[in-house]
Amino acid sequence: MNSAEVSLKDHSIDTTHGCILYVENVTVSFDGFKALDDLNLYIDDGELRCIIGPNGAGKTTMMDVITGKTRPDEGTVFFGQNLDLLQMTEYEIAHAGIGRKFQKPTVFKNHTVYENLELALHADKDIWTSLLKRLNADQKETIEGALETIGLVEQKNIRAGLLAHGQTQWLEIGMLLVQDPRLLLIDEPVAGMTHQETEQTAELLSSLAGKHSVVVVEHEMDFIRSIANRVTVLHEGRVLAEGAMEDVQNDPKVVEVYLGS
Amino acid sequence: MIKQIVSLHSFRGWLLTFGLLFAAIILLPVLNIFIPEESFFHIPDYMFPLLGKYLCYAMVALAVDLIWGYTGILSLGHGVFFSMGGYAMGMYLMRSIGKEGVYKSDLPDFMVFLDWKELPWYWYGFDYFAFALLVILLLPGLFAFIFGYFAFRSRIKGVYFAIITQAMTYALMLLFFRNNTGFGGNNGLTDFKRILGYALQDPSTKMGLFMITALVLFLSYVLARYIVQSKLGRILTAIRDVESRVMFSGYNTLHYKLFIWTVSAFLCGLAGALYVPQVGIINPSEMQPTNSIEMAIWVAVGGRGTLVGALFGAGLVNVAKSWFTVAAPDYWLYFLGVLFIVVTLFFPKGFLGFFKSFSIINKVKEPTNE
Repeated sequence: MNSAEVSLKDHSIDTTHGCILYVENVTVSFDGFKALDDLNLYIDDGELRCIIGPNGAGKTTMMDVITGKTRPDEGTVFFGQNLDLLQMTEYEIAHAGIGRKFQKPTVFKNHTVYENLELALHADKDIWTSLLKRLNADQKETIEGALETIGLVEQKNIRAGLLAHGQTQWLEIGMLLVQDPRLLLIDEPVAGMTHQETEQTAELLSSLAGKHSVVVVEHEMDFIRSIANRVTVLHEGRVLAEGAMEDVQNDPKVVEVYLGS
Repeated sequence: MIKQIVSLHSFRGWLLTFGLLFAAIILLPVLNIFIPEESFFHIPDYMFPLLGKYLCYAMVALAVDLIWGYTGILSLGHGVFFSMGGYAMGMYLMRSIGKEGVYKSDLPDFMVFLDWKELPWYWYGFDYFAFALLVILLLPGLFAFIFGYFAFRSRIKGVYFAIITQAMTYALMLLFFRNNTGFGGNNGLTDFKRILGYALQDPSTKMGLFMITALVLFLSYVLARYIVQSKLGRILTAIRDVESRVMFSGYNTLHYKLFIWTVSAFLCGLAGALYVPQVGIINPSEMQPTNSIEMAIWVAVGGRGTLVGALFGAGLVNVAKSWFTVAAPDYWLYFLGVLFIVVTLFFPKGFLGFFKSFSIINKVKEPTNE
């Protein structure tokens, strides 16, 4: 991606301490129920992190907080050392470099696959650019590249609403790719995928790590084993355990609330 | 830029568009002037203001389609923008009556009637067409911008937004009904004599106004087509379908909604300004809640999100209305209600969508990006 040509009023993210996301002492409560309870989470720059936890553990709420959809009652969330995400709107957070894939695949069903990628593409996103500019050669190349990565070259002129479930998941991942975020938040990427599709997704996400930081929320344990270096277990809005997959799996606390069941 | 505009339509599309424009601004006048009155092909003088009125409604439908059909924001208050353009034009027309009113005064008749001695300050400037034109071009858009800013910033959507726009048009209607608001109360502004020195009763003036309306409608259509075919247009439909996704892709949806809302109001105001000299009156009943609802019905009937459907729907419903108000005035509202229900239930894509479903060519969406 030739991002040098894209003149973005990007906030530059300061990650000199090696950490890209700081979630500290975050509490969110809905009518007295604490969805997040004094949560602390740190994601390293370039890391691939899996987050697991039983239903209601606060995984989706955590993503909502990071992307600006939900405001916490207490705590701080920083992107790098310098960007206070709690002071930013959803689109500013997206523009600063956080991309999100929803649990329920969310694409633009009335647009073609190609148009979906065009809309997600990392570019100036103000109204005048959108009204007057056409895609340049580099941008077209980026989209074509993404189409190949997600295996939808032949479907590029098909309405996204007509795609199969797995393809829709991949299109959404493709939209994240062309958005070129520093941090990707991915909610249940392999839900409803076939075994083969799951493997391909695992490969794709692993290849993204390093260049991007990736946070994956997932239930599918085989999938997590195949990609994760580090796993965080959430339970009742808190971090229950964190570490390598084998260690976490053998942690008695984790076994009790989640894996043992 | 020119290349982009040319690429908006296929060759056939442009042929049809220019064909219609040609028919309106050359063929109809020729048929009026050169064909003898006995002939079947003669276009009588009274047709021009009538057709001109339909073209103004078509512009309104275009405006409503941009905001509702493409962006998914249902406005039931476009009568306000239409009336703003209409009143601004009406004020100029009132001032150009001069001392030929019933009371032979320099003030508009209704002010004399109310025993006002001076022109209120907000009537200053309307002696000049240029000033009125400026107001027509700026006021509806500016008002929409301010209203939209607060509504969209508070993330008011869907049915709540529709209700607020209904309340807005109702409130303004009540305000304009009052005599001391200074816009002629419930009689509104009427008895116009001339525009830019040309007598409004003159057939050639009527024809000229019709031709200008046709040209402005054509330009509005090209503008709307350009907008919906740009990336901005695709973002608008994306906002309609999943707004959160658009936000998480890094777009400030507030700006996009505000932009199209303002453009829509601008077109609507322009339509109102062209409407008034051809119909000869503007009064607060244009801001009746039902009027704005009718505008949405035109678009629903013709087919949302197509532009052409909106133009078609405005024509169809209004021709039906003209027929009903002569033949069976009591049944018009029943007919409109039934039409709306039938279209919503059986032809959710309007008549255009219904006809399109017969054509195989249109089933495959054309690639737009190569």
